[in-house]
Amino acid sequence: MAGEYDTAITVFSPDGRLFQVEYAQEAVKKGSTAVGVRGANIVVLGVEKKAVAVLQEDRTVRKICVLDDHVAMAFAGLTADARVLMHRARIECQSHRLNVEDPVTIEYITRYIADLQQKYTQGRGRRPFGLSTLVVGFDYDGIPRLYSTDPSGTYHEWKANAIGRQAKTVREYLEKAYTEQIYESAHETIKLCLRALLEVVQSGSKNVEIAVMYRHKPLKTLQTDEVEKYIAEIEKENELEAERKKQAKQQMGGQAQPTTTGPSTTASKKE
Amino acid sequence: MALASVLGYKSNDDFSRSMKCSKTDDSIDRFDEKLNIENISKFITLPPFSDPAKYLKMVNDNVDRVRIQFLKGTTTLAFKFRNGVIVAVDSRATAGGFIASGEVKKVIEINPYLLGTMAGGAADCAFWERVLARHCRIYELRNKEKISVAAASKILANMIFEYRGMGLSMGTMIVGWDKRFRFCYMKGPGLYMVSDDGERISDNLFSVGSGSIYAYSVLDAGYKYEMSTADAIDLGRRAIVHAAHRDAASGNIVRIYHMKETGWEKIEEEDTNNYMYRYRQDETMNF
Repeated sequence: MAGEYDTAITVFSPDGRLFQVEYAQEAVKKGSTAVGVRGANIVVLGVEKKAVAVLQEDRTVRKICVLDDHVAMAFAGLTADARVLMHRARIECQSHRLNVEDPVTIEYITRYIADLQQKYTQGRGRRPFGLSTLVVGFDYDGIPRLYSTDPSGTYHEWKANAIGRQAKTVREYLEKAYTEQIYESAHETIKLCLRALLEVVQSGSKNVEIAVMYRHKPLKTLQTDEVEKYIAEIEKENELEAERKKQAKQQMGGQAQPTTTGPSTTASKKE
Repeated sequence: MALASVLGYKSNDDFSRSMKCSKTDDSIDRFDEKLNIENISKFITLPPFSDPAKYLKMVNDNVDRVRIQFLKGTTTLAFKFRNGVIVAVDSRATAGGFIASGEVKKVIEINPYLLGTMAGGAADCAFWERVLARHCRIYELRNKEKISVAAASKILANMIFEYRGMGLSMGTMIVGWDKRFRFCYMKGPGLYMVSDDGERISDNLFSVGSGSIYAYSVLDAGYKYEMSTADAIDLGRRAIVHAAHRDAASGNIVRIYHMKETGWEKIEEEDTNNYMYRYRQDETMNF
């Protein structure tokens, strides 16, 4: 049944789906992971760096891009589509500055990108953009924002989000790990972003790229040695956590012996 | 849908051909572009002759027997002060030596926190400021915040610039109050003058029209930014009354508006001659 309705994208299927849009979302799921986290005074973007061929120059693949002084974007999905979308968004940022004499708000530029993605789901003979984006930045009032768009043209605001390969796993991790204390501290926010990324990416600074933006400052990509430092800190914390868990388990096992009496407990000990 | 047909909007009949998907459609990016402010230039209607600027120049100047005079016979003024902006205008419309009307509303209420004044062609001002009102409202709905005075005046200036040299005649002032801090300038009262050659400038004090020379002398003599509201209203009133007294093309009623943080408020509309008699008899200015 799907076969009849999935070539022409302006056509709904009988059960109310746009297959081309869903296929575009599948393309996004194949892209390398990107994570965004919002803190009180900082926004962080982290992306997975795929291994490059031996003869390829490393720095030509840029998944985190600057749209304006105060807006940055990371994407997951087709790189070529992202290039085109990024170009249009950059022009719109400047156009807004010219016509309104004010920098864009993050919501405005996200809405523009989402409108553009939606337009290509409703025209003739054109396929949707095969990418999701994470748009971060600070508004004029200094409030940090993180938005995410997807190929269907919807956008939402997030405290922390992940897109691309194994995004669901990463998002579940973020849901468990995101706390108020992390929100308040810039250092912790960067570490959370790294941790989330390292859930699905091999550990090592050459596999991840982290970019941070502080209020009223331009986007800064962290250098390899800075990333190494964060990774070392995370690994030490993981070790301490594992140690603590082991000790807690031993303690629990040790406490069971003197206090219990009777046949039921001996049965449980044998287990 | 009268407005739609005036603007040349055609309904999208081709859409029914879309089922075949036989070719790519370049108009995909043009769908409903009219609502975007920056696309104004693509949808303007031009006068129905080949070189509008040259033709209209002929008609305006003293060539042949035909002479259509667009006069900026009026006095309008606006100035910023500590407590906002005072806008004062006269109400006379003249065509040559004939007083066409003594009760023209030269302040156009764009929305509760934006005012525009009218000088020059009444039709031009009234029409374009209504188009501006439409764009301001759409901006407010889309972005969930009021448009800034700078953006509103820029929209108007960009629209007018597209018709540069084609015979528009407007000298208008856009007055408003910005609630929040903006990138380029402080929050608070905003005052821009926009004219038919596409000029858009911001300052504390403007006067436009044939009577502006008289109004400027009174304004410049008595203007202080730290004035009280009562003094500011009095200054605006006096400037219009004195201009109306000496300029033949200005007069009848003086209308005064006060732009505050909560929006504009209409202060008064009174006869200029009555004020002139009072000034002659007992009230002098405090310089």
